[in-house]
Amino acid sequence: MSIHHIRVTINGKLYEGDVEARTLLVHWLRDGLRLTGTHIGCDTSSCGACTILVDGKAVKSCTMLAVQADGRELLTVEGLEQNGKLHPLQEGFHVEHALQCGYCTPGMMMAALALLKRNPDPSEQEIREGISGNLCRCTGYVNIVKAIQYAAQKLREPEQVPAGSGGGGE
Amino acid sequence: MTTTSAGPHVHGLGEPYKRKEDARFIRGKGNYVDDIQLPGMLYADIVRSPYAHALIKGIDISKALQVPGVVAIITGKDLEAAGLAWMPTLSGDTEAVLAVDRVLYQMQEVAFVVAESRYAAADGAAAVEVDYEPLPVVVDPRKALAPDAPLLRPDKKDRQPTNQIYHWETGDRAATDAAFAEAEQNGVVVRQDMYVPRIHPAPIETCGCVADYNAATGKLTVWMTSQAPHAHRTLFAIVSGLPEHRIRVISPDVGGGFGNKVPIYPGYVCAVVAALKTGRPVKWIEDRTENLTSTGFARDYHIHAEIAADKEGTVKALRVYTLADHGAFDAAAQPTKFPAGLFHICTGSYDFKHAHVAVDAVHTNKAPGGIAYRCSFRVTEASYLIERMMDTLAREVGKDPAEIRLQNFIKPEAFPYRSALGWTYDSGNYERALRLAMEKIGYEELRREQAEKRARGELMGIGISSFTEIVGAGPGKHFDIAGIQMFDSCEIRVHPTGKVLARIGVQTQGQGHETTFAQIIAAELGISPDDVDVEHGDTDTAPYGLGTYASRSTPVGGAATAVAARKIRDKARKIAAYLLEVGEEDLEWEPGRFYVRGSPSKGKTIQEIAFAAYTNCPPYLEPGLEAVNYYDPPNLTYPFGSYICVVDIDRGTGEVHIRRFLAVDDCGTVINPMIVEGQIHGGLTQGLAPALYEQLAYDEDGNVLGSNFQDYLIPTAMETPRWETARTVTPSPHHPIGAKGVGESPTVGAPQAIANAVVDALAHVGVRHIDIPITPWKVWAILKEKGLATA
Repeated sequence: MSIHHIRVTINGKLYEGDVEARTLLVHWLRDGLRLTGTHIGCDTSSCGACTILVDGKAVKSCTMLAVQADGRELLTVEGLEQNGKLHPLQEGFHVEHALQCGYCTPGMMMAALALLKRNPDPSEQEIREGISGNLCRCTGYVNIVKAIQYAAQKLREPEQVPAGSGGGGE
Repeated sequence: MTTTSAGPHVHGLGEPYKRKEDARFIRGKGNYVDDIQLPGMLYADIVRSPYAHALIKGIDISKALQVPGVVAIITGKDLEAAGLAWMPTLSGDTEAVLAVDRVLYQMQEVAFVVAESRYAAADGAAAVEVDYEPLPVVVDPRKALAPDAPLLRPDKKDRQPTNQIYHWETGDRAATDAAFAEAEQNGVVVRQDMYVPRIHPAPIETCGCVADYNAATGKLTVWMTSQAPHAHRTLFAIVSGLPEHRIRVISPDVGGGFGNKVPIYPGYVCAVVAALKTGRPVKWIEDRTENLTSTGFARDYHIHAEIAADKEGTVKALRVYTLADHGAFDAAAQPTKFPAGLFHICTGSYDFKHAHVAVDAVHTNKAPGGIAYRCSFRVTEASYLIERMMDTLAREVGKDPAEIRLQNFIKPEAFPYRSALGWTYDSGNYERALRLAMEKIGYEELRREQAEKRARGELMGIGISSFTEIVGAGPGKHFDIAGIQMFDSCEIRVHPTGKVLARIGVQTQGQGHETTFAQIIAAELGISPDDVDVEHGDTDTAPYGLGTYASRSTPVGGAATAVAARKIRDKARKIAAYLLEVGEEDLEWEPGRFYVRGSPSKGKTIQEIAFAAYTNCPPYLEPGLEAVNYYDPPNLTYPFGSYICVVDIDRGTGEVHIRRFLAVDDCGTVINPMIVEGQIHGGLTQGLAPALYEQLAYDEDGNVLGSNFQDYLIPTAMETPRWETARTVTPSPHHPIGAKGVGESPTVGAPQAIANAVVDALAHVGVRHIDIPITPWKVWAILKEKGLATA
């Protein structure tokens, strides 16, 4: 098995490593770099738990080899929070109760981020289409749609969204 | 009680408090089993059978051992030599850990390969050579009892050679038969065969574990995807012979359970054996295909049901016969006393005077089970059958499905209600829930619209499900896991500064216990949930509990938490009396504070009392402020609801479009309405799934046809409607805070609302039943047959 040296920018930081040619990107992220926020839920690119951004586009990282990431820029869930401030998607998922077990959540937020990058003001139907490659077994998607709407509005008009009502946790 | 001043706002019961556990999950900082990486850790892969039934003539591991990175390979013969080849199931059967001389279902575990990496383990597994001799296969349970059926379990030497697992009956057969004889003469009898198909919980996280044995201390630690860590620790002790105090099971963050993570699977046992054998930590994580094909399926009940009623449609008797397919091993998770679980809740929300239920369970060449998938021990099957049958009865007597339900509901004044099959329903008001659902959805208007559409040839259906659940097992004298009584527990420590650590015996897989259990304590002690941390899942620290499934966390664990908090408050009262130099009887409680009756300014907050418990405790009390409660519930709880579903059917494709779905739920007292609504949304989606999409089908050779997410169809956001919810509140009279549990109600109640809606859309052309999943193909075939298809 051939070994390849790769250099990948992840969440703004340069990582280097030697990987087998067959190593899936998700395994390199999780086992090699200990970025375990990106999850694995299937073997057929169906569930989307492993979704990350590669050069700004949503990619299922179980469907890409680590060597294919050489020289590219990746964003994983660990890169969403900036300077101690949650990304509007993270905030939206919390405020709208869009997660339960939390397992699909990172991939779901990354898919939503890609959607909002290409369509900052999506309709409900466009949101549903945008996350249709990501399975959630807990929430029934209703609150995920609301969370993405929350984030979309906040990203468009940062001052307009009121802080979430009710308790803490954050 | 007279409250003279408003206490602090503590976010207790009834508040949509945002979840405390979200903080780690939204940052990708959860800690799931596959996130755990220990120094020197090995990875495992399992060699599985491609055949559904075969003899193992030989296993050659020599080539596999040469694969770079492979460290060890364990076969059934190795386990047999150690007395570990077989393990008890949760239903009193014995299951192969690794097959020794025969395999009984496709994907059964045959060998366990341990290597330095995931990839090396997979290479090693691929290099193991197994020589099989295929045998005839039994796939259809209806053929399992035929005299010429191949005998699947010759290992069961203690009994007659048969594929039957059990025959079980309950109810008064003679009185039921008499009621049917009377109805045949002077009333109506309706009959229906229906199949509740084999499905899978399929949490997005599969099952797995990391086993670590420290030879120096003799301590085994197993991080595992477990819904019942204490019960699993005890079973590990029994199976392995290791002393129980040297076994620590940790269920870290769990990515969904839904019943899938209640049983012990061979992979866990093999990982423990491999850790003992190699002296290194061993990680085993299922892939999706392994999850779907080998672990914890649910349902698979072939049901024949009959209702006897008078000519007006007033029900008299229910008669049910069911054939249960448990696969190769009876690995159902059921209380010992009830082999078919709570299936005999099947009289549902209706006042049947007589009922009789018989169940035969058989072995087939399929994966072992069946577990209770987001369901309290077969209540889903029970609810489906009665709600489908009430619609059938309505058609027979020419009444609206709503009318037949209102006519036959158990009346509010009849509670506590003793059912014909022996359950005592705690509380309910079924008419109120259905009337609210009808009003909110505009039932009469929908019926008018349907009539107009029918006249135009359009197909629209309205389906009702007025289900009753039965959850919250124990009581311990009736309910157990492998003999361990189903109580549950909570331990509360109030620290000197008034901050709280609570540890519970139930375990969360997304239900939000870290928030809701903190709210229960907040309500009882007047301490903000922010100041209450709830821990669970570590058997070395949490009090013994039976875990989370069958909607038992709030009914049992929640009760234990409330009672433990009340013990804390009782002691706090004594300390307050000492500090205030008054008698205990002179104190009044408001959230977070005791004060002297008549002098509201003279009081002590719970935080002041906590500090005194450690610094200035009355000499006649033990210092400290802690309490433990082990709660054995006096009865089950009976949540209920009425769901209404509106569908439109595409006459060209047979596709069912859910236009609206309204769920009215009554789970008694609500702790956190935001979380309750979230549970209902998710549960409804898991009710939609088997109604229209999911089935674990097998071909005639025993090949699994739904072995991945491209063939086993989990609903995405595109298939899932925008659920509508509403609520009535009928508290449980026997629960300390009146709560009943909610997590499973929607999964139990939803499938038949959808099925009833589809059948309703086609009722005018004589359709009375369609088996779920109601696929476009099934509907299109009916449309074609009835001359309604436009393509």
